[in-house]
Amino acid sequence: MTAHGPTAASLVGVTKRYGDAVALGPIDLDVPAGRTTVLLGPSGCGKSTLLRLINGLIAPDEGTLRVLGEPVTPASVEALRRRVGYVIQEGGLFPHLSARQNVALLPRWLRWETPRIDARVAELAALARLPEALLDRHPGELSGGQRQRVALMRALALDPEMLLLDEPLGALDPMVRAELQRDLREVFRTLGKTVVLVTHDLREARHFGDLVVLLRDGRVVQRGPLSALESAPSDGFVRDFLDAWREAP
Amino acid sequence: MRWAALLALCALGCAPKAVRVGSKNFTEGVILGEVAARACAARGAVTEHRRQLGGTAVLWRALRSGEIDAYPEYTGTLAAELLRGVDARDLRGMRRALAREGVAMTAPLGFNNTYAIGVPEALASARGLRTLSDLQREPGLALGLSHEFLDRADGWAGLRARYGLPQRDVRGMDHDLAYRALSSGAIQATDLYTTDAEIAWHRLRVLSDDREYFPEYSAVLLYRADLPRRSPGCARALESLGGSLDAATMIDLNDQVKRRRRTESSVAAAWLEAHRGLRTAVASEGRAERVWQRTREHLAMVLSSLLAAVLCAVPLGVAAAKRPRLGALVLGAAGVLQTVPSLALLVLLIPLLGIGAAPAVAALFLYSLLPIVQNTVAGLRGIPTALRESAEALGLPPFARLRLVELPLALPSILAGVKTAAVINVGTATLGAMVGAGGYGQPILRGIRLDSTATIMEGALPAAALALLTQALFACIERVAVPRSLRGGR
Repeated sequence: MTAHGPTAASLVGVTKRYGDAVALGPIDLDVPAGRTTVLLGPSGCGKSTLLRLINGLIAPDEGTLRVLGEPVTPASVEALRRRVGYVIQEGGLFPHLSARQNVALLPRWLRWETPRIDARVAELAALARLPEALLDRHPGELSGGQRQRVALMRALALDPEMLLLDEPLGALDPMVRAELQRDLREVFRTLGKTVVLVTHDLREARHFGDLVVLLRDGRVVQRGPLSALESAPSDGFVRDFLDAWREAP
Repeated sequence: MRWAALLALCALGCAPKAVRVGSKNFTEGVILGEVAARACAARGAVTEHRRQLGGTAVLWRALRSGEIDAYPEYTGTLAAELLRGVDARDLRGMRRALAREGVAMTAPLGFNNTYAIGVPEALASARGLRTLSDLQREPGLALGLSHEFLDRADGWAGLRARYGLPQRDVRGMDHDLAYRALSSGAIQATDLYTTDAEIAWHRLRVLSDDREYFPEYSAVLLYRADLPRRSPGCARALESLGGSLDAATMIDLNDQVKRRRRTESSVAAAWLEAHRGLRTAVASEGRAERVWQRTREHLAMVLSSLLAAVLCAVPLGVAAAKRPRLGALVLGAAGVLQTVPSLALLVLLIPLLGIGAAPAVAALFLYSLLPIVQNTVAGLRGIPTALRESAEALGLPPFARLRLVELPLALPSILAGVKTAAVINVGTATLGAMVGAGGYGQPILRGIRLDSTATIMEGALPAAALALLTQALFACIERVAVPRSLRGGR
């Protein structure tokens, strides 16, 4: 649990409740730095809650949580968020701003100079494979896949140390999905950042994941490379979950 | 900058203060106000007539707070409404009671404007009718009385008892219809006010109240007790009007304005010149000039109140959206304000803000709060959670989130609220004329008073046009300020 060791985020005994219902935990988990961790599980298993905890959008009721070596407190959370890019479900792009303005929102607020912002936006467009001609469109004038690319660019604008993605491919049709999936993996490889990606889709987990964390009812059921889960499922649920996807068309 | 402020202060404080005469919102009141103001002006005083300021309460408050220096009043109103427990015929008692309020009173102007019974002149002279007592001899006379006069305890019932009147054929009818019924012979007598222009117009004889049944409503001028010190010439001019106007003269002056459509100013000026030898100038302005003046007053009221409301209501709306309990309180308070009738609110504001544009602007400001606060709250609360969280997840502090994301997203809703407030203000500002703020309400009030549709239209048409223009203007603002992705449909 050293500040900049191989661990990007660590959770010890973290619990989150909504009223009487436990949404997550108690959970112990280390997110390794520089690799892609996939949080996998059926809907309602707490994987999005876990992501929101790491980003500080919600605070744990119990346990300790350190992200990038720092405890997540109300005082540290804003600075921390600028070191952690976050792509929420469906992108969350601001409809009143163009793609370029969405990406440049934070750099502009941090008073970067215009040439630096322009260079960064161009660099990110190339990385995310978004045609520059689309940068001046508003989100409503972009396709679902293009919107996700812009959301990725926005999350990466400040070159964060860590990237969180919540079902980034959720609402896309299969063709677009396959293409974006390839491009995303390319980006993760190029950047070599810590990535935490939430999905309910085993095929996506296989595509992205160095490390898979399978969750059920707010608890970690098994963690490790997907091959390890498949060869040695820790219990009946793991086997059932994997089988269900094997039977899927 | 400092010089400009000093100059402005000087303009307010150093200039000789004008004598301000007020008048109530009815023709006789405006004529008397104009006579008083011109009599003062003829003695060299800088005079201003703030005409048709609404009802008794407005004028009385304005006089005591020093917003105006003088206005015409009736002794009956003083006795019944303003100085409880003083008899309307006891002028000395009335002067003493007024002095305690810092107000002085001229001698009665010479006529008594009270209820009376009128009979066509031809019939009256044929039957020898001069007094109400004479009616005892005429049991067959058909009476058409206004509903109000029939209903009031001090109206028909009391009158019949006092004089022992035998008439059986007594009908309630509208006042205007009563005059028509008189000329067609369907009725032979009706109730009226002793100085109604209609008396001349329909050739009626007013029967004198020989048993002093009707209350005394002698016209007087009230003025502030400090006026003789500030403008001795003006105070003398007002006092000299005592006893100068009899009922026949007043009926004639009312008739000149009401039937012959002359302005109060020219009627008052002509009378002063003919009977008092005082010459005063009658400014004549064209209709275009008049409408432009009203437009400026109206716009000033609407714009200043709206600007202040936006500056106040948007932050209030933001606070209300962020803190639900505070929100309930703010919206509740703004909602209650909205239910206060506009005229009542205007009158309530007079002791605080005087008369003129200030109370009107304040009232419009208060009425504008609710739609803007409400729409700000709705706009902010309507932002999808995903967008609000996106802004938070980016690491923007709360104020930056508000400025860069939340307010722009709520802008269409906020603008709609401002538009609602603006359109309502354009309409409500017409009531400002009741407290001397001018605007399009001025011709509307005057038109209602004189029963002149043309005059009403001089205010109503531009007010409607301004409301439409406001709508159009906001459509333009929306097109410029709201990105196309947030406009309609999305």
